[in-house]
Amino acid sequence: MDTLANLALGFETAMSLSNLLYCLIGVFLGTAVGVLPGIGPIATIAMLLPITFGLPPVSALIMLSGIYYGAQYGGSTTAILINLPGESSSVVTALDGYQMARQGKAGLALATAAIGSFIAGSIATVLVALFAPPLADVALRFGPAEYFSLMVLGLVASIVLASGSLLHALAMIVVGLVLGLVGTDVNSGISRYSLGFPQLADGIGFVVIAMGMFGLAEIIANLENEATRTALIKHVTGLLPSREDWRRILGPIARGTVLGSALGILPGGGALLASFASYSLEKKISKTPEQFGQGAIEGVAGPESANNAGAQTSFIPMLTLGIPANPVMALMIGALMIQGIQPGPSIITEQAPLFWGVVVSMWIGNVFLLILNLPLIGLWVRMIAVPYHLLYPAITVFCAIGVFSLSNTTFDVHLMALFGLIGYVFRKLGCEQTPLLLGFVLGPPMEEYLRRALVLSEGQPTVLLQEPLSAFLLAAAALLLGSVLLPAIRKKREQTFVSEG
Amino acid sequence: MPIRNPRDFWAGAIYLALAIVVIWVGRNYQQGTSARMGPGYFPVVLGSILALFGVVSVVRSFIRPGEPIESMAWKPLVLVLGSVVLFGILLDRLGLLIALPCLIIVSALASRNSRLDVTSVAALIGLVAFCALVFIKGLGVPMPLIGTWLGG
Repeated sequence: MDTLANLALGFETAMSLSNLLYCLIGVFLGTAVGVLPGIGPIATIAMLLPITFGLPPVSALIMLSGIYYGAQYGGSTTAILINLPGESSSVVTALDGYQMARQGKAGLALATAAIGSFIAGSIATVLVALFAPPLADVALRFGPAEYFSLMVLGLVASIVLASGSLLHALAMIVVGLVLGLVGTDVNSGISRYSLGFPQLADGIGFVVIAMGMFGLAEIIANLENEATRTALIKHVTGLLPSREDWRRILGPIARGTVLGSALGILPGGGALLASFASYSLEKKISKTPEQFGQGAIEGVAGPESANNAGAQTSFIPMLTLGIPANPVMALMIGALMIQGIQPGPSIITEQAPLFWGVVVSMWIGNVFLLILNLPLIGLWVRMIAVPYHLLYPAITVFCAIGVFSLSNTTFDVHLMALFGLIGYVFRKLGCEQTPLLLGFVLGPPMEEYLRRALVLSEGQPTVLLQEPLSAFLLAAAALLLGSVLLPAIRKKREQTFVSEG
Repeated sequence: MPIRNPRDFWAGAIYLALAIVVIWVGRNYQQGTSARMGPGYFPVVLGSILALFGVVSVVRSFIRPGEPIESMAWKPLVLVLGSVVLFGILLDRLGLLIALPCLIIVSALASRNSRLDVTSVAALIGLVAFCALVFIKGLGVPMPLIGTWLGG
């Protein structure tokens, strides 16, 4: 019955008029920015982050979650309407969604995505409410060794599920960890790697890196292959699924929800994997697999549900362990820390209204998404039609002002430009930026936990293998890493990501 | 010996260079012992791991062939990043009302589709007005409208 009492507390927090309003604004802004071509959820959240800083922590996190759902839905909208997935997890949606749009069934595809997301999101919210507290209880018993090993596992899992070269993904994690060193060392108080810049005493801002590498570098890459895009669809009609459609989508939605909820908890790109897994599952069990890729509604319903369920459950490791499952969650952790809240297992007890308020607002956000997006599809279609050459100078403006507003110094603006350059160069060299971002977020806590673990063991690094749970986590990490190195699995992994592009 | 995978080679070179900087700068920080990690302990560990990845990547670039590096898009790169740097330089000195249009115009030059027409001028004015109202008046971000050089 505890869960019910907790959910009641959550409703009390989330249903306050101001929080409802922030959630609604978040969903609206997130969708509005998310449907703009060439802006993924990470860039959307990074750009909108500054406007939440003036809010109390609960409202800020509720608004950010709203932005996140909105941005994801916006990404699916562009995927369906113009075959331009804003993020990797809507790549799958584009496969059949765009074909449906070409057959004049864009409205149906969008409605299916919204309905699937809503059902999946509602179920996943309940799962978060049920499973986060026991997980946090377990995590409270974690010692520093377990935490360190858990973070190692998280980092390894994130690259195994990512695309591209394993060597470079590993190296990019270390580059991220190195960037995390910059700033004042908490133990000795000395300033490390600040290279004489007093502005670096507090470390490099997470948003500075994220906006530089994902915002600016992305713009440059988009301009490189600038094409004149023509919006295919002018009017979207025929929104509501027929009885026959309902019959076809309910199964995929249910299966997608289960897959997504399970994979979303995994550290690493769980949601991405979930939408791929759901798509191949639906194709496999379908009686008409040849329809997939030709506009099969199941191919939209399943992956979209899986994606949204995964997005929701990825909050579990973020809120209870302080470990980001993906770069978006890393941004959320950054936002919480700016608010003075350290995510971790004690957050559920110490910040009960915040935790439960966010959980409930997830569901409310999904309701808003459904009631806001279907009537507003006309508006989104018009926004998609905004030409990129009018759009990207505005994105640049919001990146620059956004970064300035975090620290009120132009130093960070220049630093962001530098990370834009670094991000672009790494892109050219085929190095993924996501592992870098996760490494950057996890670097400082990893150092601290390692230090504490070694103090307790009097300097014996073997402590990481002697504690059973820690050893288990490290073994899991090694197993994952080893599995990628096996030729058979490596080939399969490469194929998966080739078919994605 | 020819480089067969330029991407691996240059990525490895970057890792190595960064690793050397990390270890070189970090030599001044106290190492401590593993039981009492000093501020220099973790950096040296990371630097060594990164150096290892760098060496592996460089060595591999001579053995395993790979794709060439696509040419850099210098024009958007310089103009977009330059517009941001320019904004950072001008903001305090000339104020938002001048720094922001500079950012917008310089970055817009990066696209071959940009035209000087009514739409783009209106968009520019609208964007500057929006930022001045929302960020300075609304959110209270301490950016000067008129900079110090202009007596603001």
